[in-house]
Amino acid sequence: MITLLKNGRIYDPTSGKDGVVQDIYIKNGRIIAKPSASEKITQTYDLTGKVVMAGAIDMHSHIGGGKVNIARMMLPEYQETKKYTEPEAHICTPSCSHNATPSATDTGFRYIEMGYTAAFEPALMPVNARQTHLEMADTPMIDKGGYAMLGNDDYFLRMLTAKKDQKAINDYVAWILNATQSIGIKVVNPGGINAFKFNQRRLDLDENNSHYQVTPREILKSLSTAVHQLGIAKPLHVHCNNLGAAGNFQTTLDTMSASDGVPMHLTHIQFHSYGTEGDKKFSSAAAQISEALNKNKHITADVGQILFGQTVTASGDNMMQQLNAKHANPKKSVIMDIECDAGCGVVPFRYKDQNYVNALQWAIGLEIFLSVEDPWRIFLTTDHPNGAPFTSYPHLIRLLMDKTFRNEAFAKLNLDAQAMSNLTSLDREYSLYDIAIMTRAGAANLIGLNDRGHLGVGAGADITIYTDQADREAMFAKPDYVFKDGELVVKDGKVVKVVWGATHTAKPAFDIAVEKDLKDYFDKYHTMQLDSFKINDDEISNDGRGSIIVHENKKVSH
Amino acid sequence: MKPSINTTLPITHCCPACGLLCDDLVLNSTSPVIIKNACVKSVSFFEKAFAESTCKPSVAGKPTDLNSAIQAAANILNKASYPLFAGLGTEVQGMRSIMRLAEKTSATLDHMHSEGTVRNTLAMQNSGWQTTTLTEIKNRADVILAIGTDIVSSYPRFFEKLVLNTDTLFTRPKPEVIYLGLAEEAVKLPEIMNTLNALMNAKNPLNKKPDNDIIGGVTIASLKLILEKLKAAKYGVVVWSASALKFPQAELTVQSITQLISKLNESNRVAGLPLNSGDGDSSVNNTSTWLSGYPTRNRFVNGHPEYDAYHFSTKRQLVSSDALLWVSTFNAYLPPDSEAPTIVIGHPDMQFEKQPDVFIPVGIPGVDHVGTMFRMDSSVAMPLKKLRETELPSLSDVICQIEAKLS
Repeated sequence: MITLLKNGRIYDPTSGKDGVVQDIYIKNGRIIAKPSASEKITQTYDLTGKVVMAGAIDMHSHIGGGKVNIARMMLPEYQETKKYTEPEAHICTPSCSHNATPSATDTGFRYIEMGYTAAFEPALMPVNARQTHLEMADTPMIDKGGYAMLGNDDYFLRMLTAKKDQKAINDYVAWILNATQSIGIKVVNPGGINAFKFNQRRLDLDENNSHYQVTPREILKSLSTAVHQLGIAKPLHVHCNNLGAAGNFQTTLDTMSASDGVPMHLTHIQFHSYGTEGDKKFSSAAAQISEALNKNKHITADVGQILFGQTVTASGDNMMQQLNAKHANPKKSVIMDIECDAGCGVVPFRYKDQNYVNALQWAIGLEIFLSVEDPWRIFLTTDHPNGAPFTSYPHLIRLLMDKTFRNEAFAKLNLDAQAMSNLTSLDREYSLYDIAIMTRAGAANLIGLNDRGHLGVGAGADITIYTDQADREAMFAKPDYVFKDGELVVKDGKVVKVVWGATHTAKPAFDIAVEKDLKDYFDKYHTMQLDSFKINDDEISNDGRGSIIVHENKKVSH
Repeated sequence: MKPSINTTLPITHCCPACGLLCDDLVLNSTSPVIIKNACVKSVSFFEKAFAESTCKPSVAGKPTDLNSAIQAAANILNKASYPLFAGLGTEVQGMRSIMRLAEKTSATLDHMHSEGTVRNTLAMQNSGWQTTTLTEIKNRADVILAIGTDIVSSYPRFFEKLVLNTDTLFTRPKPEVIYLGLAEEAVKLPEIMNTLNALMNAKNPLNKKPDNDIIGGVTIASLKLILEKLKAAKYGVVVWSASALKFPQAELTVQSITQLISKLNESNRVAGLPLNSGDGDSSVNNTSTWLSGYPTRNRFVNGHPEYDAYHFSTKRQLVSSDALLWVSTFNAYLPPDSEAPTIVIGHPDMQFEKQPDVFIPVGIPGVDHVGTMFRMDSSVAMPLKKLRETELPSLSDVICQIEAKLS
């Protein structure tokens, strides 16, 4: 069985191919070199004139787990907004769901229909890992994976206070990756979620958690070092302190230096790029943030673009969500402290283009996209569903690729916000090659998915084929074909075959002795046994449809 | 047939008898079944599970083989236009299969304990809430206000594990426990909760009432004292049992509780803990939510999920449904009376007064097969182990086979 994709225009940044016309051969789910003349080609797709990219990878999207399910449960009215058609909504296609809280099934279908073949849940709470994997297992069509949240758990903070050495920290981090079947480590409001349980309401980068007497900076240093020394490809995923607060850009700038040059990824950086200038004491600090990103080569970021319409914010950051709850629309929120592990805050939001702050948030995100020079270090996200549902990506891509379209949208914004943004002075338009970097090659490279995000020989045959259209939103909303592991699964924007995808993990080695102290901790302070906490491979793969892919660590560099 | 006991016993085990899902039980193969960390509920659960029981399916009361029973069940569902899937006493894996069958048969879904669940869900959907989980309580709680529940009747080891524990991460005094609205006093809770909320506002005239005035059976002085204790708490916890609030519009009382918690949080940390009722209610609600977008009470119409916490109740649907599928795998709970053809899939110990059209005994999760369950705080899902070899199929096996026979 060999499938031939003939004459397509290839955009494959990993191999530097920018619109090169080339054939692709697929066999047993993988891209292969041109077979010998004696081998039979079973199927041929003539892709003359079509745009061919690897399947897209969403490196940060809240697709499953406790807070996502709470959002669904709290907002049954959202299921009715699937055919959302009011003018401020970011419409992609008539069939597209604009639901901010899609079911697991809808999540998989909507992603693959847009040509995305993988999505990563960035806030997998270790104690809630089983639920997250259950939901991801029920998400069809795409590959998935999770970043385990650390840095607010009492076990880790006790270690820091006790001045445990870096090796002990590394063993714990490696153990967590194994136990929770995750591929990366995330920290949310370092130390802040924990501090909130001691009634601290804000925590700055160099401010002590009142109980543990450790600062967010120390937490970031310790965790980023552990991830780096363990050779985990995915740099520490950082949701900075002071999310959403006016003036927080200084915290974000300072955070970039917290790891002493060790790689870190700052997530949904738009929500952390706010100044305090102007009459309303809320301004864009996109210029300062972008300049710092351009300068600090060890830092990567995804944007967390907001788009106008109804959505819900679901975060581990209950400290800041408690403060944001007063802006909830509709007026309700769930705030939780969870298991001496972390917390969550779920707050519905409705971003309005005539609201000064919302309009400026929209502009700030785009300013960052257009001002960060290296597309390999900036990623396209809406922090689904926090900035907007992921179904709005085609619209966002058009905003990046089409300056006229962008400036027309800008002209409709709240006038005070327009006066506070330099967006129209930014002439940059993203190319197809840039988009392929941000949504494919760069994302795969960041997470360490060596056989995804590119079209080279040996790559998994996750491939998306578009008709080149001037309207980039229409183009990216509805690919002609999507192949998942070599199988045709979407034709003309509709699913033609249901597949289940795999779960990507990293399982670095660790000293098993780490479990001795952990067992003692669980027995004394937890309400479950250590063994129940760990997710066995069987739990993901024994239903015959899930599977686990373990990624090799990078070379360890000390 | 007597199921054979797994020879690897004694074994550390997770107990699905209540929402705490204690996983530190040690079970043995000989009586007494539980040799460590037993409670009244777990003993009863495992003794019933290990009791000798009939394992034969039946159709119209006559014993038959599994295939014939499955065919008979499929025949009933094939003829039905509006089937009701009720009881739903199962765990995650069972619920996954039930959801698939419901989608294919356009069924309505409701859990046997949803009266209480729905009160909480409605309050949460109206205003949200601020809550906590068991391990936080174990290590932090210094004041516990229990509303409409003594907690221990539903969760026998709650105090042993979370209140009387001496090992804690943070030094705390022995938690003070305050009870409000127990048993028949529960009907006074709407008035009591509204008064507590009013007393939170210093300008409210209720604050000027004499201390010995009585509202809802409690003196103003006592209510003020409760608030003082909660305000002084480092980590106060308000526990409530929605199933105990057996009066109309009880969701408003739940909301009154969550509103008080929210107000208290403006100055200090207080969090809620809504109790569940068991039989997999938290598991079923969570699974339904991620698979369909909706918690139960919901239904599928031509593959599309719909939600209505009022109309899709078992009581209302029994009037119009043309088939009833009753599921109860943890306990031998019997189905409600129904005119419609009735399929029962559940605990092998079921003894019927009126024989259902089809009865298929299945394995007990956490005894006869592995499974996954959500704890009462919904933040932790626990793996259930298999304890013995048995001929009983699992619920999901049976449901999948019925699904395969649908026309």
